[in-house]
Amino acid sequence: MCSKSLVSIEDISKDEILDLLERARYFEQHPNSKILDGKVAATLFFEPSTRTRLSFETAVNRLGGRIIGFSDPGTSSSVKGETLKDTIKMVSNYTDIIIMRHFLEGAARYATEVTDVPIINAGDGANQHPSQTMLDLYSIMKTQGGLENLTITMVGDLKYGRTVHSLLMAMKYFNPRFIFVASKELAMPQEYKDFCRAEGIEYIETEDFSPEVINQSDIIYMTRVQRERFTDPMEYERVKDLYTLHNAMLEGSKPNLRILHPLPRVNEIDRDVDDNPKAYYFDQARNGLFARQAIITRALGINPLEK
Amino acid sequence: MSNEKKELAVAALRRGTVIDHIPSSAVFKAVKILGLEDMPHAVTIGCNLASKKLGSKGIIKVSEHIFDKADLDRIALIAPTAVVNIIEDYNVVEKRPVSVPDTITGIVRCTNPKCITNNEPMATKFDVVAREPEIRIRCRYCNHTYTGSDAKIL
Ligand SMILES: [Zn+2]
Repeated sequence: MCSKSLVSIEDISKDEILDLLERARYFEQHPNSKILDGKVAATLFFEPSTRTRLSFETAVNRLGGRIIGFSDPGTSSSVKGETLKDTIKMVSNYTDIIIMRHFLEGAARYATEVTDVPIINAGDGANQHPSQTMLDLYSIMKTQGGLENLTITMVGDLKYGRTVHSLLMAMKYFNPRFIFVASKELAMPQEYKDFCRAEGIEYIETEDFSPEVINQSDIIYMTRVQRERFTDPMEYERVKDLYTLHNAMLEGSKPNLRILHPLPRVNEIDRDVDDNPKAYYFDQARNGLFARQAIITRALGINPLEK
Repeated sequence: MSNEKKELAVAALRRGTVIDHIPSSAVFKAVKILGLEDMPHAVTIGCNLASKKLGSKGIIKVSEHIFDKADLDRIALIAPTAVVNIIEDYNVVEKRPVSVPDTITGIVRCTNPKCITNNEPMATKFDVVAREPEIRIRCRYCNHTYTGSDAKIL
């Protein structure tokens, strides 16, 4: 097991999060630092995710590293019955770091137990996706000038949306205030509200995506409301438009407000928001590159800030 | 008749381990977890015995075998009320409750079908995340949590 692996955002401390954010800031200024010369990274995508894979592979390429791996589970050995353990052990012989995405929950954690090569979790089913959380934190820090004392409004699917759960937990170090906006069916699960209570984090829960909520927010984090999450299709029809953001709704919002969304979006953010300077979701995705460069260099024990 | 049964249940051990105050419903799970099927020594299992504390209790007596604390603590999740008596020369030399260890390896099954532990030949691992008011355990891999009473034994 390698201590520089990143499986879950909960595994790392406040100092480590701040270190990663410092690195991300460096890479935004120097995206093409050739500091991975001679290093080989494996990207093992047991489940396809073009968006995430391209971001990680760009991160390695811009740092001058090389990539091996697979992105089509149809060609990977797991379909021929090889265990995950055997695949990880085999790949460990060739690479300095393994970036993996898997449809099974806990796959990345298990991988860390069978190899000494650092493992980066690029998503394990509905469980964890720490590089998304790091790019969210970086986006918030960059747009707000810091992470402390912000009002963060989370909207849409708060029940199944793993990105909002991870962000909520990572924000515990920075004295946030949360507003949870969702229908009853997709409300924030009790365990995360318990988490807030235990950490002394203030939160408000409402079904109403009202001007009052919008106008006190520093960050609005939109998520996709998917039809298949609803047991009652009528309920989906009733709520889907209630949690759609339109440009007109931003009229009285704070000047520093920024709209985030993990992408891809369906229709929860109207296209008329895209040209508003408060729309940040496309830049947010770009920050994923720097956040991933930060995660990769930490895992390899290479510090660009020490040069 | 009932007197005779009662005597049988409490018959003294010369040396061994007595696990008392097991909830009746958990006795056979405890037998399985402790691997008593393969025990070469005399094993006495009592079930549905009268108990002031539990209403109905079970008891397991294993002669000539002193279990490690860690082995006995493996039943704590399903039998939190159990009390262990270590017997030497007909005397109780040690008496203590069982306690759930911080990490539970290979006893509980994770019921999440998408959990890696249900798809790879590997041991399950659960971390205790709360002890009050009820034990809560969390799968080390998929993070699903369970209370002690709804945990499924492998
Ligand atoms: Zn699990």
